[in-house]
Amino acid sequence: MSAVLNKLVHQQDIDTHHRALRFLTAGSVDDGKSTLIGRLLYDSRAILADQLDTLEKRAAGQPIDLSLLTDGLEAEREQGIRIDVAYRYFATKSRKFIIADAPGHEQYTRNMVTAAAGSDAAVVLVDITKLDCSVGAVQLLPQTRRHSLLAHLLRVPSIVFAVNKLDAVAEPGPAFAAVSKALHAFAAQAGIEVTAIVPVSALRGDNVTQPPGDDWAAWYPGPSLLQVLESLPGVQERVEGQLLLPVQYVAREPGEQSEGAGNQPRTLWGRIAHGQVQAGDEIQILPSGQTAIVTGLRRAGATVEHCVAGESAGLLLDRQLDVSRGDWIVTPGSARLTQSFDATLAWLDTEPAVAGRKYWLRHGNRWVQARIAAIEHRMDIHSLQAQAAIQLNVNEIGRVRIETQSALPVEPYAENRIAGSLIVVDPATNRTSGALLVSQGH
Amino acid sequence: MNAPIHSKNLLPTFDQRHLDHLEEEAIFILREVAAAFERPALLFSSGKDSCVVLRLAEKAFKTRIAADGSGNEFKGRLPFPLLHVDTGHNFPEVIAFRDQLVQANGERLIVAHMDESIKNGTVRLAHPLESRNGHQTVTLLEAIEQHRFDVLIGGARRDEEKARAKERIFSHRDSFGQWQPKEQRPELWTLFNTRIRPGEHMRAFPISNWTELDVWLYLARENIPLPSLYYSHQRAVIRRKGLLVPLTAVTPPEAGETVSTATVRFRTVGDMTCTCPVESLAASATDIVAETLTVTVSERGATRMDDRTSEASMERRKKEGYF
Repeated sequence: MSAVLNKLVHQQDIDTHHRALRFLTAGSVDDGKSTLIGRLLYDSRAILADQLDTLEKRAAGQPIDLSLLTDGLEAEREQGIRIDVAYRYFATKSRKFIIADAPGHEQYTRNMVTAAAGSDAAVVLVDITKLDCSVGAVQLLPQTRRHSLLAHLLRVPSIVFAVNKLDAVAEPGPAFAAVSKALHAFAAQAGIEVTAIVPVSALRGDNVTQPPGDDWAAWYPGPSLLQVLESLPGVQERVEGQLLLPVQYVAREPGEQSEGAGNQPRTLWGRIAHGQVQAGDEIQILPSGQTAIVTGLRRAGATVEHCVAGESAGLLLDRQLDVSRGDWIVTPGSARLTQSFDATLAWLDTEPAVAGRKYWLRHGNRWVQARIAAIEHRMDIHSLQAQAAIQLNVNEIGRVRIETQSALPVEPYAENRIAGSLIVVDPATNRTSGALLVSQGH
Repeated sequence: MNAPIHSKNLLPTFDQRHLDHLEEEAIFILREVAAAFERPALLFSSGKDSCVVLRLAEKAFKTRIAADGSGNEFKGRLPFPLLHVDTGHNFPEVIAFRDQLVQANGERLIVAHMDESIKNGTVRLAHPLESRNGHQTVTLLEAIEQHRFDVLIGGARRDEEKARAKERIFSHRDSFGQWQPKEQRPELWTLFNTRIRPGEHMRAFPISNWTELDVWLYLARENIPLPSLYYSHQRAVIRRKGLLVPLTAVTPPEAGETVSTATVRFRTVGDMTCTCPVESLAASATDIVAETLTVTVSERGATRMDDRTSEASMERRKKEGYF
């Protein structure tokens, strides 16, 4: 068991464990990803009789192909490809899971970016039958490097390698040891923290949801992939320190119309990005800079004492301020506003990203006009080497400098997902064209 | 029939804390709808999923009050009306439930009648007893146009059916109400792209990430009332091709078929011509949780005659603007 995983397993009381764990699965076409997902669904009984019927019919007497369970759209089945991220659900006694399944080839980066945004973990599939384990230093496949570098670049908190198809190698023990060594070496070089490396046979079901059989015990005592997933922490933004809350919705208080339309008390609703709030706190509204005292707090139809990061809070203030959706509520003096920041840009649109062009950005609940002031470089996703670039094409990732029309309280994505993430929307088509992860405000 | 139910001790042992997070997410999405759109409506069929969404909307926009026996638990009003597409083939219990509910909670209900579409000639039935399920799209799109709705809140879940596994939380519809698989926008974090052009609209699905089990756990935990046919009752049925077809005016027995009485409950409420019950003794949401944990047939498979025709039938209907 890796040191990281060991630490996690011994923190079972982490408060995020009752939240659904959302993880993405990354693998290439023949890595057995669909079979692995099928296996997780099948063994956790997330598959139902009529779905099995369909599979049995299609199998026509052959063993059931579990990979067909994750088939999505008719159009894809006809073409034998997958075109988008699909979400799958299963639950064990202790936890609910959401799989964001990113298809493996066409539009790969686009799909993986979508799956990675908001995921707690990534499971990267490694097909051991494609590796030469007889040599001293096993050479990993380019897709393994690419998938893990992408997950790392997109700051997915936990990265788990599932080394698959161990049923198909003659000496699974030494082969797994050799691949583990290569994965650790690669991760160390790339600065990736490895949460766990787990041997599995998705086809036979070895060590996926069930502990490995006796024949594996000598070289792998556990845990199973499912045990690893059950132990992973969910993302929790920090609760301590200063408050940051993007105003989502301004509601008039129900049932108090007597005070006249212009003078009704209002509740300011928003999900807390970091920190906490309670009645009596002084807060500041951005960008106006006005301050007020919180007189009451609501949450989901009820009055509460205090709310923390991740919760949607409704604030009542001691005075009427001009507040609207898109504003931010902060601890007075704590936020720094900027109109310029550096970010990682993952481009998702077939229309390339062009420096100088105006786009819509969404940050928190605010839409602002912005332009890509400069494309510093493009990242080679096989090596993470920087290359000079004047535009970013679909599926490319680069480092950019953004200038916005109005000032925003951005924070590095590494410190806060909400203050550090933005989407880019093409004003001509309304398409979601890119994802921005803030590295540094200016 | 499913295994006998010993549910009394089940709920306390089942970890339900994930429901708090699902609720949080759904409420966040509902407030997003109210804040980002001009003219939303909540699709309300009286089905269990729409009853859950309605309760979530009440929590998002209203304030809980002490129960006064009226059946209303909240003060305030939703910032949007409820919209029911009435096929004219609804079970009477469902319509009665709907009317009693809006009477109690004071919400505005808009009913779009398919009979109107039939009268106006925009819906043409192949024969009088044809399933009206597929025709709902026409009546729905007419209601969208008439009331200029720019977003409809629906209770669809991604676990319901394979074509829905890729559905967005905010799903874009073009000016013909069509869903184009390749035009759906990537959804990143919770930074929803709610920008649309005039004439286009969106569908918003706050319980996308819920499973059928989550829905039943929530119904049980929150004590949300449902139409009576969701729970075990005696009903005259016709056994046909492995399904129990309820005996109604629009689903008479065919030649050679016999009518028998069975102890059943419905797992979905829809058009009487295509919604079948399953045999069950489950008399409460808690009982159904127990049953759902052991159940072997997925929701749409056991109860929807029209979904059996083809694996891809949902995808086709969705492209046509079905919800």
